[in-house]
Amino acid sequence: MSDKVNIARQFMEAIPHSRDLGMVLTAIENGVATITMPYDERLIGDPETGVVHGGAVSALMDSCCGAAVMSHPSNPGATATIDLRIDYMRSATPGQALSTTATCYHITRNVAFVRATAVDEDTDNPVAMATGTFTIEGQRR
Amino acid sequence: MRKPPEPVQVIKQRRDEALSKLVGRVPYIQYLGVTFDRRGDELTAVLPYAVKLIGNPLLPAIHGGVTSAFLEITSVISLSWATLWDDLESGELDGDSTAFRMPKTIDFTVDYLRSGLPRDAYARARITRSGRRYASVHVEGWQDNREKLFAQATGHFLMPQPRSDKS
Repeated sequence: MSDKVNIARQFMEAIPHSRDLGMVLTAIENGVATITMPYDERLIGDPETGVVHGGAVSALMDSCCGAAVMSHPSNPGATATIDLRIDYMRSATPGQALSTTATCYHITRNVAFVRATAVDEDTDNPVAMATGTFTIEGQRR
Repeated sequence: MRKPPEPVQVIKQRRDEALSKLVGRVPYIQYLGVTFDRRGDELTAVLPYAVKLIGNPLLPAIHGGVTSAFLEITSVISLSWATLWDDLESGELDGDSTAFRMPKTIDFTVDYLRSGLPRDAYARARITRSGRRYASVHVEGWQDNREKLFAQATGHFLMPQPRSDKS
């Protein structure tokens, strides 16, 4: 595992909410990040089916988009979400982990533009897609 | 002769029971610790601060995903509550009825206006349009000051359809 992934992973584990949901950063490089989150009964939104709540999916997507921004080669110091839209295309299959990949596809001095896709084990049929804009707070040297 | 009005305690108990049943069924709402205050048919969602909700330990600030989840929960419960209300008041609400089924989120867009401070947050939803199949909801979240929103959101929802096998 590269140092960069290790550092980013530690960073992720320092975020109480991400740690509480068991989020694990599996890849991060050049504005692209992947985070997985295990299935957890605490996250159920529909008690009839056991399907995870949309809110848990948005927590995963938001974290992943933020990580993608931070890993952009222009080295932004920090970032905060301005706006995030999530389209829920289908219910996540109960019992399966979710994985999100986010891409920071454009960045200016002040704003980062990000897209993300969330999948369960059926990786060909996304569960949700997101588009968001993020602030850029200073530059790391 | 006109029927005498129901005693206020009976009305309150019926409404509060239905609300707590609606909210208590969802594990994720319990996990985040969200509760609902009710005044008549108006609901205010409350998110009590907890360390596990933090997304930025340096500021510290509430996780953007938590904010989004809080607003989405407020929207879904407010929508269900509004659909349930008429049946509840006419006494047609049966115990495990389909009325407690949740709308499904189609899309949800959140504006993050300020960082969420490490303290309680509140939210109220306005149902802009509620049709038989689709509903559109606007929701506002604030902390100390009702006029200073920390986030707002708009979402579209697919309403639960009556079961076709219903006899």
